[in-house]
Amino acid sequence: MIATGIRLFDGPPLAARPESLGDHEVRLGPRPRFAGGDLIAIVDAADLRGRGGASFPTARKWAAVRDRSRGNAVVVANGAETEPLSGKDRALMTARPHLVLDGVLLAAEAVAAARAVVYVSRDHDDAAQAMTDAIAERSASDLSIPVTVALAPRRYVAGEETAAIAHLNGGAARPTMVPPRPFDRGVDGRPTVVQNVETLAHAAVIARHGADAYRSAGAPGATGTVLVTMAAAIHSPGVYELAGGSTIAQAVSAGGGATSSVAAVLVGGYFGRWVAAEDAWDLRLGVDVPLGSAALAIFPHRRCGVMQTAALVGFLARESARQCGPCEHGLASLASTANELAAGRAKPRDGERLQRWIAQIAGRGACHHPDGALVLLSSALRVFAADVNTHLRRGRCDRDATTMLPAPDWTIRGR
Amino acid sequence: MSSQVRVNPIRCDAYGMCTEMLPERITLDDWGYPIIDGKPVSGELLELARKAVAACPTAALRLAARGEPSR
Repeated sequence: MIATGIRLFDGPPLAARPESLGDHEVRLGPRPRFAGGDLIAIVDAADLRGRGGASFPTARKWAAVRDRSRGNAVVVANGAETEPLSGKDRALMTARPHLVLDGVLLAAEAVAAARAVVYVSRDHDDAAQAMTDAIAERSASDLSIPVTVALAPRRYVAGEETAAIAHLNGGAARPTMVPPRPFDRGVDGRPTVVQNVETLAHAAVIARHGADAYRSAGAPGATGTVLVTMAAAIHSPGVYELAGGSTIAQAVSAGGGATSSVAAVLVGGYFGRWVAAEDAWDLRLGVDVPLGSAALAIFPHRRCGVMQTAALVGFLARESARQCGPCEHGLASLASTANELAAGRAKPRDGERLQRWIAQIAGRGACHHPDGALVLLSSALRVFAADVNTHLRRGRCDRDATTMLPAPDWTIRGR
Repeated sequence: MSSQVRVNPIRCDAYGMCTEMLPERITLDDWGYPIIDGKPVSGELLELARKAVAACPTAALRLAARGEPSR
C-alpha cells in the first residue's frame, strides 16, 4: 500500500480542472521551507531519481549546482515531454500544477537559484496554461524567485538537457557538447539544474512527508511512486501512478489488462527497449529494467514488430538534430534498411549490415540520441528474431503490417 | 602521462585526414566518419597524433589526457 500523501495524484479526480492554490494548500498545507541546502540531504535519504529518462540521483544534481551557485543558479523544470508514447508530464502539470510549482521553488531554494523556467511542449497548451495560471496565483512572498514558462519546440531531442539550455539561451533546441556541463554553465552561463517536472513534484512530496515515509512506498533503487504511461494493446490507455518497482504485469493490470495476446512490451518509450512478453511480466520497473520515460507499449502478437520498429527507427532518424555524422547518416541508413526489411525487400546481407552499423554508431554522438535508436533496434532484432528471419528469407511475415505506435513526421510541419 | 585522441562529432565533417595520418588509431565508418579505437597514444604515435590534430580542417580532433571525461 502507498501511504496517504505520498501519491502525486492524491486529491481531486484528474479529469477535473487544474487544482487551485486554495485546494492544494487545504489538502497539503503550505510549502515547507528549509534552511540552506537542508532539503538536499532529505532528498538524498529518500533516494529520489530523475524521472526524465536517465534516473540520475536528484540530490547529486542539486548538490553540484548548490556548490557552484553564488545565488545566481537557474532551475529548469523540464516538461518538454517530446516522447510520443509518454503523457505523464502533461497529465501531471495539467492536474497538479501547484505540486510541480512547489517542487520548482523548493529546488530553487535548495540550490540558491535566482530564477526558474518551466519548459513545456508547445503542443501541450493545457499544461502550459495550467503552469502559467499556477504561477499567477502565487503571492509575491511565496514566489521567492521569478518563475516563467517557456515553450519547447516539436522536436524529439528538445527535452535533452543541453538542448533545453541551448533553446532557453536563444538558440535552436539541439544538444551541445559537454563539457561544459549544465551544473557548471547552463542558462545564461549560470549553474543550472535541469529537472523533469515529475521529479520536482516528488521532491515536493518528500519535503512535506520526509524521506522515510517516501521510501515506505516503492522498492530499493525505485523509491516512492512512478507515473507510468500505458499505450497500445491495453484496455484503458493512459497515465497511472504505481509504486516504484511495480512489475510490468502490475502495470498492465492497472491499465485494465491487455486487449489481445501480447508478443512484446516496449519499455521506456522510443528511447527504451523491446522485451518479449514472457520475459516482461515479472520485471520490476526501475529495478530490473531501466525506467526510461516510464512509457509502456503493449504490443500484440497479431501485429508485425519488424514493421513497427522500422517505423520507429524512421521517426528517430528524422528526429536526429543532424549535427553528428554517425547519427545523421547512420540512423538514416539504419532506418532505410530496416524499412526495406520490413517491406519484404531485404537483401541477403541486410541483417549483418544492421548489426555492423549498430556496433559502429554506438557512443559516437554528442548526445545519446543515436544510442537510443540502437537499443530500440537491437532489442527488436532479438525479440522479433523469428519474424526478422522470415522477412530476410521470405520477404514478409504473416502478421498485420499496420503500425499502432505513432511515428509522426515532425519535419513536415516545421518546428 | 598517456593521451587519447578525441573527436568532437558536431564539428567533424568527414574530411578523413585523421585516418590517413593516424591509421593505427583511427578508422572510418561506412559513412566516412572517424572511429577512434580509444587506446592510448604514446611514443612515436604521439607525434603523428599531434599532426593529425593540427591537420583537421574543422578542428574537430584533440588530444586529451586519458580518463578525462566526455568525448
